Amino acid sequence: MIINGVEIEDTFAEAFGMSATRLIITAINERWARIAGETMTGFATSVIGCGVEGGIESILNEADTPDGRPGVSVLLFGMSGSVLGKQLEARAGQCVLTCPTTALFSGMTDGEPLPLGKNLRYFGDGYQISKQLGDQRYWRIPVMDGEFLCQEHTTRKPAVGGGNFLVLAATQAQALTACEQAIAAIARLPGVITPFPGGIVRSGSKVGSKYKALMASTNEAYCPTLRGLVRTQLSQDTGAVLEIVINGIAEEEVGWAMRTGIQAVCELGSAQGIQRISAGNYGGKLGRYHFHLRKLLA
Amino acid sequence: MSPFVPQRLASMRPRQIAAITLHQGNRTLPAGELFDVTGSPGGRIVIQSDSELLDNIGMGMADGELMVEGQAGGYLGRGMSGGFLQVAGATGIFAGSAMSGGRILIEGNAGDLLGGAAAGERQGMRGGFLHVRGSAGDRAGDRQRRGIIVVEGNAGDYAASRMVAGTLIILGQAGHQCGLDMRRGSLILNSKPKSLPATFNVSGGHQLTFLTLLNQYLESHSAPWAFPGNSRIRRWVGDLACDGRGEILIQA
Repeated sequence: MIINGVEIEDTFAEAFGMSATRLIITAINERWARIAGETMTGFATSVIGCGVEGGIESILNEADTPDGRPGVSVLLFGMSGSVLGKQLEARAGQCVLTCPTTALFSGMTDGEPLPLGKNLRYFGDGYQISKQLGDQRYWRIPVMDGEFLCQEHTTRKPAVGGGNFLVLAATQAQALTACEQAIAAIARLPGVITPFPGGIVRSGSKVGSKYKALMASTNEAYCPTLRGLVRTQLSQDTGAVLEIVINGIAEEEVGWAMRTGIQAVCELGSAQGIQRISAGNYGGKLGRYHFHLRKLLA
Repeated sequence: MSPFVPQRLASMRPRQIAAITLHQGNRTLPAGELFDVTGSPGGRIVIQSDSELLDNIGMGMADGELMVEGQAGGYLGRGMSGGFLQVAGATGIFAGSAMSGGRILIEGNAGDLLGGAAAGERQGMRGGFLHVRGSAGDRAGDRQRRGIIVVEGNAGDYAASRMVAGTLIILGQAGHQCGLDMRRGSLILNSKPKSLPATFNVSGGHQLTFLTLLNQYLESHSAPWAFPGNSRIRRWVGDLACDGRGEILIQA
């Protein structure tokens, strides 16, 4: 399959089952809501080293938030509900509670309950106030700029992590430009995030290492500087490879985001140095979800 | 009138309902001697009466709808846990006492101890939504533990007395000594009450985000907003003679 001169490799992305939650952070204006969201998801690129993977799903206007203020929707993904819960509590406490003017709400109603303000309330040292509105409980925690309002629970549900595709281009700049275009297109989609810096990964990894302590190491088959030294997957004129990793609430949303991103890359075409689209997998043995590139784009 | 709740009458025929025994003073007599019973089995009951002597209407109600086309006596919806109870006229004392869920709408005035604790009880209202379009008597929200009470009109003296938690909103004029012995909870007033206990301290002017959520909740229950969520309110804290973690919010 070739689109606009770009070869779509006959391979698939292998993704994993994860546990996800959606949160809504509001603040006095979008700037501060975004700061809180970016801080909460700042060190959340990969479960390998960060515990969870996270990102800002969308920017919300006043009409779409529980308290009528500007906000952001954040998605967090963990390999298990317990890890997700611990990370959520730490990140909510250190990144949102601390951020001026913010309030924190659940962005999902279905799924298993996950404590949000349930334990954060103790920061109020006995001066916290509970408010039950219908079947939802909120905590008003006194802080130095007024009150931090936090919903008692959010929910978590099964999700998909690790949808991906690789962009192979003639130069580093061309690969980056193409990926930036893909990220801009994916950012408009609901239910998905791209957890890596700017949504793009340059250090694609393989499982294992020659060093026993490491569980993952560089994927030498896609490193252009190792061409000639290892069994490479790159042609002679490939100058750089970048990867986009996509996590989503549902399998369909991840697949749709991959398709959207690849199409955005292919719009630039071979004329802009884009050579091939590939994907990362582990032979299909580790992940539950397989996204075949050619099926997605058919 | 406590037998007349939807969960009990839902599957009964009018003849069976007419045979239910009611207390009138020191006598008991079948309901059929006091009411004409018509209709078919279902989850909705309409009581047509203009008597203020019908006590315990909706007592222990768990689901369904109960409409009173007229007035009601004391203890309306006492111990109610679910469903919707509406009264077109006024009610007597202790409306919503010990209710833990569901919704009560009183179109007229309510008597004393609205949502309050009956003698010997440690808690009054424990949940649900109690809405009075008219005015309320003294001691509204006495020992209230949870839930929301909205009084669109005025309230008598000692509103939120001995309040444990929950929210009491008074949109008209509140009487003397609001929040006396209040431990926790929120009393929200549209204007200054006639007087506050000396054991309340002023906490200053604030903008509280939770008021927006409260307004949305009120709107979803067809109740008027307490006041705009972004408006500045004046907060009093107390009763310092009694735990002191309650608050009185007054629109600035």
